[in-house]
Amino acid sequence: MKAGTNLEKVLTSGGFAVTAEAGPPKGTSPAAVQKKGETLHRCCDAVNVTDNQTAIVRMSSIAGCVLLKQQGIDPVMQIVVRDRNRIAIQSDVLGAIALGIGNFLCLSGDHQKFGNHPQARGVFDIDSIQLIQTLKRMRDEKKFLSGDDISGEVPMFIGAAANPYADPFEFRVVRLAKKVKAGADFIQTQAVFDVPKFARWMEMVRDRGLDRQVHILAGIIPIKSAGMARYMRDNVSGVSVPAEIVTRMEQAKSAKEEGFRIALETVEQLKEMPGVHGIHIMAVGWEDIVPELIDKAGLLPRPAL
Amino acid sequence: MKTLTRQKPWEEIKEMLNGVDKVYLVGCGTCATMCHTGGKAEVVEMKAKLEAAGKTVTGWMVVPTTCDELTKYALEENAPAVQAADGILAMVCAFGVQTISLYSDRLPYPALDTLFVGLEDEPGHFIEVCMQCASCVLGRAAGLCPLVRCAKTLLNGPCGGSVGGKCEVSPNIPCVWQDIVDRLQAAGRLDRLEEISPVHDWSVSNSGGPRRLGLEEVCPAYGKLEATR
Repeated sequence: MKAGTNLEKVLTSGGFAVTAEAGPPKGTSPAAVQKKGETLHRCCDAVNVTDNQTAIVRMSSIAGCVLLKQQGIDPVMQIVVRDRNRIAIQSDVLGAIALGIGNFLCLSGDHQKFGNHPQARGVFDIDSIQLIQTLKRMRDEKKFLSGDDISGEVPMFIGAAANPYADPFEFRVVRLAKKVKAGADFIQTQAVFDVPKFARWMEMVRDRGLDRQVHILAGIIPIKSAGMARYMRDNVSGVSVPAEIVTRMEQAKSAKEEGFRIALETVEQLKEMPGVHGIHIMAVGWEDIVPELIDKAGLLPRPAL
Repeated sequence: MKTLTRQKPWEEIKEMLNGVDKVYLVGCGTCATMCHTGGKAEVVEMKAKLEAAGKTVTGWMVVPTTCDELTKYALEENAPAVQAADGILAMVCAFGVQTISLYSDRLPYPALDTLFVGLEDEPGHFIEVCMQCASCVLGRAAGLCPLVRCAKTLLNGPCGGSVGGKCEVSPNIPCVWQDIVDRLQAAGRLDRLEEISPVHDWSVSNSGGPRRLGLEEVCPAYGKLEATR
């Protein structure tokens, strides 16, 4: 065991993991995080707390993770390289471990242009792959990036993202391989809408044997309305929403029911796909739907390890 | 290679010149002339604008190249008009403004924003290709700098926002990592992408404080040349 977190236990025991995302509030209320924690608690193995997603200022990921931890949830702390340099990131990691956080997700982060402080200076001192390497070195060698020794234990289960829908497509598996080489233990992918394209990517992943070196959790975003489907298709970079899904949402009597059905069908297909070790649900503002989705997908109860 | 500039909004210039009633104007015959931001025409236009706003313009000149020591001689030659002013409105790039600072005790105010030192990739069109980081990574990136040409300065890109050869930041920005991949593929060197680029050493860049270089350090002959001049 690298960190002994619940997520690590589920994945290393060969289980099909379920994680979900909880975005912290644009404010100071712990209740906002706790409410999402309460909803997701029994149906997920771990819950990600985003790090100022889409470059909009929110409560810090580390604080959100501690609030979830207090509810008995295994948190995944997301770290973007957009806002902190190597000094601040390593410092936050030490603090997070001291507070009992064991899962970390290494990300580049959405560009600050998309957020509510577009005039901010982007830091990008190191990139996401170098961040993975940095955490691995901290854990395995107990050394900072500088080579200085770290005192105390440094248990970490290291995660990274992958987007099979970005270009160039052929390079995507190479980038995954680099992340695995850098030290990623698990991967949470961009939301899957185009299942055949995801399957093609997974085939390339398996051809390189990467599915045996890293746990891949496929991303799911339940769509609430036709407008949301169109918005994601047109405005969210790196997300690919096929025309068929938009049409289904537009023609549905109840958009919410249709969105639920699409998410469920996607989970069912991903469950059967060789090399996929779990799902990661990003129900942005629609967390209430997650327990039912996991239940209908036959993934309850979650294992108690 | 040119320093690209853009004129500041008139409101900002007026605000900057608050309390500076007598103004001396300096333009530049090189980059700012090419950019139409600080050539003779723009200087004359600015003079009229300042006068209409109630300022006294004590004089003006367009130095052929403001970023070298010509500026020193030009300021000396025009000393009476320069010294009669409360400040200098410099319609030149930041290199020129700071050259004026070297040679005059009259405070300079920039009328221009300095955008970048650009490469002319097609006539009249410039792109930013180098951030002078002092630790060149072009050898790992097919000769295209990801530090300055990628919005996230990724050394192991492309990120998940690269779609159809474009950067997520704007459809007008090409994804440099797509170009790097294409060039490496054409050269049969895609294997280079499998290597993880190490963290960048920013200590030798501007992060380490302002950098200086004496040519005698790198070229001992330089000192001798100077001595015999």
